[in-house]
Formats: sequence, C-alpha cells, structure tokens
Amino acid sequence: MRNAFIEELVSAARNGKNVALVVGDLGYKVIEPFADEFPHLFFNSGIAEQNMMGLAAGMASEGVHVFVYSIANFPTFRCAEQIRNDVDYHGHKVTIVTVGGGLSYGNLGYSHHAIQDYALMRLMPNMLIASPGDSFEARACMRYLIENPRPSYLRLGKSGERELHAGIPHISPGEWLPVIVNMRKSALITTGATLQLANELISKGAIDSHDLYSLPLWGMNEKNIQQKYINQFDQIVTCEDHLLDGGFGSWFLETAAKYNLGANKIQLIGLDSKVCGLVGGQSVLNKDGGLDIESIARVICRQ
Amino acid sequence: MKSSTSTLAMARAIRKNALQMVHRAKASHIGSALSIADIMAVLYGKVMHHDPFNPLSQTRDRFILSKGHACVAVYATLAETGYISHEDLLTYGQDYSWLMNHISHKVSGVEFSSGSLGHGLPFGVGKALTAKCRRENWITYVLLGDGEMDEGSNWEALMFASHHRLSNLVAVIDCNNLQSLTTVTETLSLEPLAEKLSAFGCDVSEIDGHDHSSLADALMHRCPNKPRAIIARTIKGKGVSFMENQVEWHYKAPTDEQLAIALQELGMKE
Repeated sequence: MRNAFIEELVSAARNGKNVALVVGDLGYKVIEPFADEFPHLFFNSGIAEQNMMGLAAGMASEGVHVFVYSIANFPTFRCAEQIRNDVDYHGHKVTIVTVGGGLSYGNLGYSHHAIQDYALMRLMPNMLIASPGDSFEARACMRYLIENPRPSYLRLGKSGERELHAGIPHISPGEWLPVIVNMRKSALITTGATLQLANELISKGAIDSHDLYSLPLWGMNEKNIQQKYINQFDQIVTCEDHLLDGGFGSWFLETAAKYNLGANKIQLIGLDSKVCGLVGGQSVLNKDGGLDIESIARVICRQ
Repeated sequence: MKSSTSTLAMARAIRKNALQMVHRAKASHIGSALSIADIMAVLYGKVMHHDPFNPLSQTRDRFILSKGHACVAVYATLAETGYISHEDLLTYGQDYSWLMNHISHKVSGVEFSSGSLGHGLPFGVGKALTAKCRRENWITYVLLGDGEMDEGSNWEALMFASHHRLSNLVAVIDCNNLQSLTTVTETLSLEPLAEKLSAFGCDVSEIDGHDHSSLADALMHRCPNKPRAIIARTIKGKGVSFMENQVEWHYKAPTDEQLAIALQELGMKE
C-alpha cells in the first residue's frame, strides 16, 4: 500500500497539484521516488512530530495540500494536539499518513502498535479517515483525497497486501464497497488491512452466511450515511485491526444507537486489549487478540 | 510608515481598549496583553506590510500570536488599524462572540487560533517555509511568551527554521519574567536565553520591549540565512502601576474603580 501511496503522490505532483510531503525522518525506500523527482516539495522535519504537524498546518494555510508521513503512532498520538487544534479545527488540508496500522510492527513492541488510532482520529470533527484494504483501495483513497483536500488520516498497512478488487474502485465517504456479495441478509464490513483476513474468511468458506464489504472512507460526518446499510441487513459484523474499544465497530454501534437502528444487530470483531504489551509477528499477535479466521468464525457462528 | 509618536498613541489606545474589554467581560490575562501593547503598536503601526481592506492579500506580512491568551491586545490593534470596529470589541468574551477569550482565526486579520502554548511558532515556520519556496518576500512574525518557551515544540521549530535558513521568520519573545505561579526564573529558568537562541541558529537581538525605536530597529533588521529571534524585555502589566509585575493580574479583571485608575494613569478617558 505504501508504494501505491507514493506513486499516486508522484502522479499528483506531475499533474501540477499543489502538494508537498513532510516526513518525520522516516520512509526509507518508500519516499525516494517523490523526494528525488520533487526535492522542492519534500521536507524532512527530523524526529520532531509537533513541529512536523504544526508546520504542515502552516503550509496548508498558504494553500498547499500537505501529506505528513510517519509510522505507527508517531504522526497521530505524538502530535495529537497539533492535529486537533492546528489541522482539524482550522480545516486545513493536511493528510496525515501512517504506515503500519494495526500490529504491522508487532515485533517492535507496544510503542509501534497502532491499535488505538481510529479512536483518536475519529474524535476530530472535520477528519476523514481513509483506511484502505488493499493497494487498489489505497490508490482510490489517494485520488479522492487529492481531489478533495481536507483534514484526513490515511492509514496504510506495511506491505504484502493482496489486491482484492479487479481495479481501482470509485469510492465516496461513508459508502460501502462490495467485495464478495451474494445478496445475503448478513454483512461483514471491514476497514483497513483486515479486508485481507475477512476476504480469506469468506472465500475459504469459514463462514458462508455473510457478504463482505469494505468501508475505506469514514469518520464523524459519515455516520448518517450508514443508516441505509444498517437497515438493509439483519446482522452486521464489523472487523478491524484495532482495539475493540473506540474504533470502527464502536463508531458503528454509536451510529445504530443514534438512529435507533438496533444496536444489538451489530457485532464487533477486533483486538482484545490483552495484546497490549505482547510482542510478536502481526499474524501471531492478531491471533492472540482474536483476529484470526478460526476465532472470527467461532464468534460469528455463535450468533 | 508611521512615526514613533503615532505608535506611542496607538500603544496607549491598545492598552485602553484591552483594559476595557477585560473589565467588561470579567476576563483574565490583562497583564499579558499590556506587556505586548508596544510590540503590537510598532508591528502594525510601523513595521508590517498589511492592508485592513485586503486582509488576505498574498503580499501581506503574516502575524501570529502564539501566546493566544493575550488576545485583547491583538483585537485592540485590529480595531485601531481598521480590520474590525471598536463596536466589535464590545462583544469580547460574550457567549458565541467571535472575539473569544483566546485569539481566533475567525476574526478578520487573524491568521491562526491559538490557546495551547507552543503551537504558533511551528505554524509560522510552515508559512515562512512556503514563502521561501515560492520566492515571495513577505515576512512571518510570531509573538511568543517567555513561559511559553518551556514548550519543546518551539525549539523543534527553531531548529527547523535555522536548518532551512528561514530569514523571513521573526520570533518575538515577550520576556516579562512572569508565568502562572511565579517568575520564569523560579519556574524553569530560560537564561541564558540569548545564547540558547543563538546556539539554535538564530540571529538574536535583546531589547527593551517598550522602547518603540528599539523595537522598530529590531523588527526591521534582517539577517541573511538566519531566522530572527528578538528577546523583548517587558513588564507584565506595563502601563498600569498596580498591575505591573504582579502574578495576580494574569488572572484578575479590574473592578470599575481599578479601571478608572488605570485609564487615568494612561492619560485616557473612558
């Protein structure tokens, strides 16, 4: 996904879009295509995330669509107040990009586990979360954000995601993307890299009762759109590589409660907090947290 | 550019309006506003290139109040220079007023909303960087407090500004040596501040922050390839004898009687 991100950014710059890339001294072997071709649009803030985000907001106030790039929790929690006050409150066109959502950096320990970021970023009233499930969705997210610059958070996996769409889909904030659809009355809706796991769950027949959808663009302002989807299904299962508390599924529950759509038909799949502090590969920790095919199938079939 | 006589008059008017706003709204932070009145008068009255009838002119100099709680001084300045009206000042601190109790970008002439300290300088760095990249000649002025320099984000910003040779960035530090509970010296000593700023790559001036001639010289001076840092030695509560150097005037609003005395001392009528 990160290669898709940088390729789309290069393309935008080549097409004359007023973009810039600010990194927090990270992005080795990722950002070079942009930095080499557009050195005047590339800035390394050093390991100084508060200044990184503040200066991005300053540049955006002068009309630049700034992409701020780092990994895991560094471009979010470290400079959360700058995001809240300087970017989101002012409505500046800053896209905050993190590589390594979820437990992508599982071996590097808790500091690098991005499993609370949805909870933080969805609290920002103007923030659009872009959490693609494969590289096609990543490209779609980038194209949408470049055409519609605004406070936004682009959460990318690290590497190795399979392409699960036939091509680059058309996406719109709050709109579900069909992935495996057979007109069932139950849906599995996922955001981010867990699309890979969810796709495997259904395509391998671990469950056969749910259609699969992806929701790559969502946030506080996209709750009202969910009404039509929640009404369409008898049961909805959400899936995310994020703690169960405060993330994508919680956002769904709030929506169902707000519009009186039957919160009891929403079932959440996510990471149990017992993974906090564990160290290991992504798939190992995901399993520990309840995010593997067998565990998910067991939970869904129990309903 | 206006003469020093007129900037002195503007500073008195800024102080008068600031006192009246804080009194009417029963608000805090008058001490912080009084200490920067002279800086504001010289910036807007003499130094900055700006146009109240074209507040978003691309060629304007940018001013950012990073110590956002001193906002009444800025609102008063904007009224004196025509961005807003003196009638607008009457709404300061009221429910739903766009003149809120920290500086607000929703007010004509204001670039940035601040309230939490340590945000203005990085933001200003972003503006200055953009100007440099575009080869535009406008200057970014950021006004900070000395207590605010406790925030590490400022030093991150200075390192970046110095590394990128942002000679179009001017950081003015209002050094009144008082912060929330006691003096800066007793809280978290900044000294030797000039040496620290210089070590961070800034071209540094240290001046009397109430001397308009020194302010003008320092604010207009440019150093090639280096950001400017001006240590403006000031008095918190400057201009009102019973407010000067008193921590309590970070928090209190003047009573009717105190306001009358203050305005009398300034030689201003209510």
